[in-house]
Amino acid sequence: MTDVDLIVIGAGPAGMSAAAVAARSGLRVLMLDEQPQAGGQIYRNVAQNQGRRSWLGTAYAQGAGLVEALEHPNIELLSGATVWKVDKGPRVTWSRGGASQTSSAAHVLLATGAQERPVPFPGWTLPGVMPAGAAQILMKTAGMLPQNAVLAGSGPLLYLVAAQMIDAGCAPQALVETQTTRGLLGAMRHLPRAMFGAATLLKGLGLIAKIRRAGVPRYTAASDFRATAERNGDIRFSFRVAAEARSLNCGLLLTHQGVVPGTHITRAAGIAHSWNKDQGAYQPECDRWGATNQPGLHIAGDGAGIGGAEAAAAAGELTALNILRQLGKCDADARDQRAASPRAALFRARAIRPFLDAAYAPPAEFHAPADDTIVCRCEEVSAGAVRQAIGEGPHGHRQIKTSLRCGMGPCQGRMCDATLRGLLSAEAKGNHPITPPRARSPIKPIALGEMAALSLIKEDPA
Amino acid sequence: MSVASRFRTLPDTGDCVQFYLDDLPVTAPAGVTLAAALLAHSGDWTRQTAQGAPRTAFCMMGICFDCLVEVDGTPNTQACMTPVREGMVVRRQLGLRSLNGGEHD
Amino acid sequence: MQHSDPEITIVGGGLVGLSVALGLLSAGRRVRVLDGADGDARASQGNFGLIWGQGKGWNFAPYANWTMDALAAWPVFARQLKELSGIDVALDQSGGYEFFTDSAEMAGFAAQLEQQAAHLNDRASFEILTGDDLRSQLGGIGPEVVGASFSPRDGHVNPLRFLRALRCSVHALGGCVTMGATVSTITPQPDGGFLLTLANGQSLGAEIVVLCAGLGSTALARGLGFETQVRPQRGELLITEKLGDRLPFLSSTIRQVDEGGIQIGGTKAETGMDDSESLDVMAGLARHAVTVFPALEGVRVVRAWGALRVMSPDGYPVYAKSAAHPGAFLVTCHSGVTLAPLHASVLAEWILNTSPTPDMEAFDERRFALSHAA
Repeated sequence: MTDVDLIVIGAGPAGMSAAAVAARSGLRVLMLDEQPQAGGQIYRNVAQNQGRRSWLGTAYAQGAGLVEALEHPNIELLSGATVWKVDKGPRVTWSRGGASQTSSAAHVLLATGAQERPVPFPGWTLPGVMPAGAAQILMKTAGMLPQNAVLAGSGPLLYLVAAQMIDAGCAPQALVETQTTRGLLGAMRHLPRAMFGAATLLKGLGLIAKIRRAGVPRYTAASDFRATAERNGDIRFSFRVAAEARSLNCGLLLTHQGVVPGTHITRAAGIAHSWNKDQGAYQPECDRWGATNQPGLHIAGDGAGIGGAEAAAAAGELTALNILRQLGKCDADARDQRAASPRAALFRARAIRPFLDAAYAPPAEFHAPADDTIVCRCEEVSAGAVRQAIGEGPHGHRQIKTSLRCGMGPCQGRMCDATLRGLLSAEAKGNHPITPPRARSPIKPIALGEMAALSLIKEDPA
Repeated sequence: MSVASRFRTLPDTGDCVQFYLDDLPVTAPAGVTLAAALLAHSGDWTRQTAQGAPRTAFCMMGICFDCLVEVDGTPNTQACMTPVREGMVVRRQLGLRSLNGGEHD
Repeated sequence: MQHSDPEITIVGGGLVGLSVALGLLSAGRRVRVLDGADGDARASQGNFGLIWGQGKGWNFAPYANWTMDALAAWPVFARQLKELSGIDVALDQSGGYEFFTDSAEMAGFAAQLEQQAAHLNDRASFEILTGDDLRSQLGGIGPEVVGASFSPRDGHVNPLRFLRALRCSVHALGGCVTMGATVSTITPQPDGGFLLTLANGQSLGAEIVVLCAGLGSTALARGLGFETQVRPQRGELLITEKLGDRLPFLSSTIRQVDEGGIQIGGTKAETGMDDSESLDVMAGLARHAVTVFPALEGVRVVRAWGALRVMSPDGYPVYAKSAAHPGAFLVTCHSGVTLAPLHASVLAEWILNTSPTPDMEAFDERRFALSHAA
């Protein structure tokens, strides 16, 4: 397919709903998704799980509707397609099955979603320590249940994974939670607004009740995480609760501190980003329709700021409606009329966010971890080394990166940018504004041979 | 690989495939990623970093690059983005890859 | 560490500014380096790390000799950096190639090397190799390569560790490097000396000012009586995943960093201050790499970037003293790695006027005025 009206990158809730709305209104849509099946991480494998793995819950199963809506003659879905460059134009270059190609369209929607916030502490690189969301992907895609696991950290996903494990007959050994009573009390001022999303709140309370009924021990206000490996491969997880040192032996330590927008692709595309202090993360700047400062580039879903799956689906719909207007398929009045319902859904879905952001904010020890913590997993750079380099004068992402190679490995900073910012912010004490780190293409590593085959002009660079 | 898997895999009625990990045959359900198959097989490391630290699959969504293994002679392959296939030849990596694949020493 | 009013202020904390600072500190002077913002155009953080002589100054003898002096001074300089900073810059001067896929281009370059050798008397040594010679010497070179030149004196360092080593060495000698200190104006004072104002509103006095601000120099230079206008020239680069084994060669466009990654570069484009990486050039660089050394085909690129060279009108360094405002100096070049040992020694003597430095006159900016007049 060479000529399409819209290229959607990412087949999660935002991308799927945008593609469906656009296709039903006559646009030809090319959808590029890196995974083998549509659904995104939240609805991963949802079509394949219909009628089985019911312990994943009803909210998950509902995602199947979005996947089915992609069955439309105007939508071409290319799974296993990794986008590695987004240029002005807009023009998108992706790799699939070992070959790369380029497509242009008047509009490109970046619906690439979120990633789990890295949770760095001494020992977080050991086999046996894993993000809770990663374990959930294994549950969804392979029916693999964490055995003898401890869930540690904070946030709604921690409760959801615990409840799914309980329903699947593999309850966690314990929940070690970092949120404090004081933090929860501080978040209470957001409760009136959160009532617009009362259904979500109730669902959360239901999860906690389930964990309690299952008799899973819960520790709260935990701090000073540390993991070491036992001789048999088990993880010895030590932490403190109210000044008391504790430790647990487990097969898996599943950590979580919320999710953050995955901004590598949006930064590399030249879209402006700003710091969201409530969510403790960079996010791309866009208007209420998802339009950005780059002509033809739009963003919807968690990649534009964390709101969850329902907010993402609503935002995808809004962006599609705005693109329809820009392409002359409808006027502004018709767009606004059709937008009323998704905008109301977006409002409801986002209402609970300020409460969740405040109640489950990551503690300082994960922003600026202990010196013996690996910050950059690829290049094996420790927090102590970062602090030393900051002491030599550098005060920005780029100078630290070039001093230490922190963020220069294959993940290109996805696992360390947040921690680097935390350390810079803690050490600089507000003396210098910290600008978002620059992201470059290729957005994922590409073999030289594959890149060479794309050569448009034969030119000797020497 | 002496460390037991950290996961219990629910019985599935679907097909199975057999692949080779460091020359030993391993069975996995068809349709899962290589990273899932490796984690279901063992709780041990699947690569060692340049400094010799043990690592295995971590993010399961293609962004952390800790699940790199050699697949059919291609080093630094992301196991979590690779569907497991019948007859696949998989090797754990020690340190950096070499120019022509495999380990450099 | 508080200093009572450093006498010399260096504007620019990149490779050039820090090298000059190191020389002045070694001469016992009190020096302050003011460095700009994290996002500034920083050639020092985007370069290729070559210590390179081939072809340099083929039509400008002073530059040919200056470069050759720098190559000879590197081993001692690298040891000095190691002693001061504890950082090994991975100096490797075991020779480097220029590869060609076009015979006419190669013949043209060979002629330039002849001219360069004439300027250098017996100091130059290079070889021209046919494609077959090359392939018998170096296994794995692709069939489309028609030949190469080779100089046993060429080499490279790890450019990022070099930058950090310079910064730490300046600290070790008591120099003060202030980062995030963007200089907005430099005003000559009636009784001599200069007043600098920073973007944050702070002002500082200095007896001597050395402008080493790369592309940031032009705006500040005018007010100090300098005429030179430098321009950005974009080079694009690729870096691959690290390899545990060593690439069997170093070339001006393909090199392996000591840590293992393969860097590919050498493009030139006039794109103003736009330092983005472009798909066409990335693909062209990749094609060059697999043409020269086909085994690189399966090696993955992890990052591409553009960086801006600091180019004077004729491409050669400019070392100028302000006639209108004594005490103001301009130092700019695009070979901040290669020339660093001289910037950290001979240039300090020239600034301090402590010993006769015969060839420096050739690098004055008056040469542009002369060429305009001619």
